[in-house]
Amino acid sequence: MKNYLRKFYYGDIPEDKAGGNIVSSEAKSDWPLWEVFIRSKQGLDHKHVGSLHATDAEMAIENARDVYTRRMEGVSIWVVESKYIHASNPEEAGELFEPAVDKIYRHPTFYDLPDEVNQM
Amino acid sequence: MKQILIDYTLHLADNSLILGQRNAEWCGHGPVLEQDIAITNISLDLIGQARNFYQYAASLIGNDATEDSLAYLRKEEEFKNCLLVEQPKSDWAQTILRQFFFSQYQYLLFQKMQNSKDGQLAAIAEKSLKEVTYHLRWSSEWVIRLGDATEESHNRILKAIDELWQYTGELFETSSYELQVANDGTGIDASKLKEQWMTKVKEIFSEATLTIPGKTLMQTGGKEGNHTEHLASIFTELQYMQKTYPGCEW
Repeated sequence: MKNYLRKFYYGDIPEDKAGGNIVSSEAKSDWPLWEVFIRSKQGLDHKHVGSLHATDAEMAIENARDVYTRRMEGVSIWVVESKYIHASNPEEAGELFEPAVDKIYRHPTFYDLPDEVNQM
Repeated sequence: MKQILIDYTLHLADNSLILGQRNAEWCGHGPVLEQDIAITNISLDLIGQARNFYQYAASLIGNDATEDSLAYLRKEEEFKNCLLVEQPKSDWAQTILRQFFFSQYQYLLFQKMQNSKDGQLAAIAEKSLKEVTYHLRWSSEWVIRLGDATEESHNRILKAIDELWQYTGELFETSSYELQVANDGTGIDASKLKEQWMTKVKEIFSEATLTIPGKTLMQTGGKEGNHTEHLASIFTELQYMQKTYPGCEW
């Protein structure tokens, strides 16, 4: 069921189905690929912002600093090697996600939130 | 006395501008995208420092002087940058090693200059020190990485040491204006930084399995306006627009 995440040059969408040329990022450089997560000043959690190449974790953090925080986007950086991310298979989207579609009673829309509850 | 402070400020500005310009030659040509961005970020930091120093120098000079006229209209012999910063960027190893030598020097210099009696110089030093701290960290790691990695990278950094070491002596040679600003507490006597610089460079070199060269004949003259032919090649690009279309803006 679990697949290793396959990264393509322009993001996660497999381009073989779009008819374009696949340029695997591994082919562009011998350096491993890393996923970058940045926590912004206002943000409570780290958010995925993109990926980059680096030889080790230290260089990945510095590259992330140079590539993704040039416009004061962040106060904290996480990096993780892309190969350690497991992803769901897009072809199984039907069985994974569609059963939730008709179960609207799971949404918390049937009761009022008190004003004191923030960040929902 | 004012002329001395102007000369000193221009010397600081020219160092940052010329190295910024040299590093900018990597824009679009870096070994990988991420490092292309890293080295051009450093360029922008250096040009930012240069602007601060030029603006201050322009205010001291008065008349019609501006940061632009000081960067774009002065002649080669009026530039007071060290020879190290004007040398060609060559390969990545040479660019890295030059940045490491220079950042280590700037780090020690700005640490002291934060306490300058001149409020402007102190403020610029304080602001720049954060940037330089990162340049030093980044370039130190690269020196270790290249020295300690493959035979190819080791040989390349050896070649870079061979080419650049002869320009390191000038950093710590006290020019006439440096001596005077050091005496009145506005500037720093660079010769006082040499020992600490050498200790730090030795530290990084030993991690990188490199050794400091023996006694070398040092090339000097840049601080007093005697430059290598490489400065002229920078000017053909840097000053072309202002010399061809005086006063042009965009």
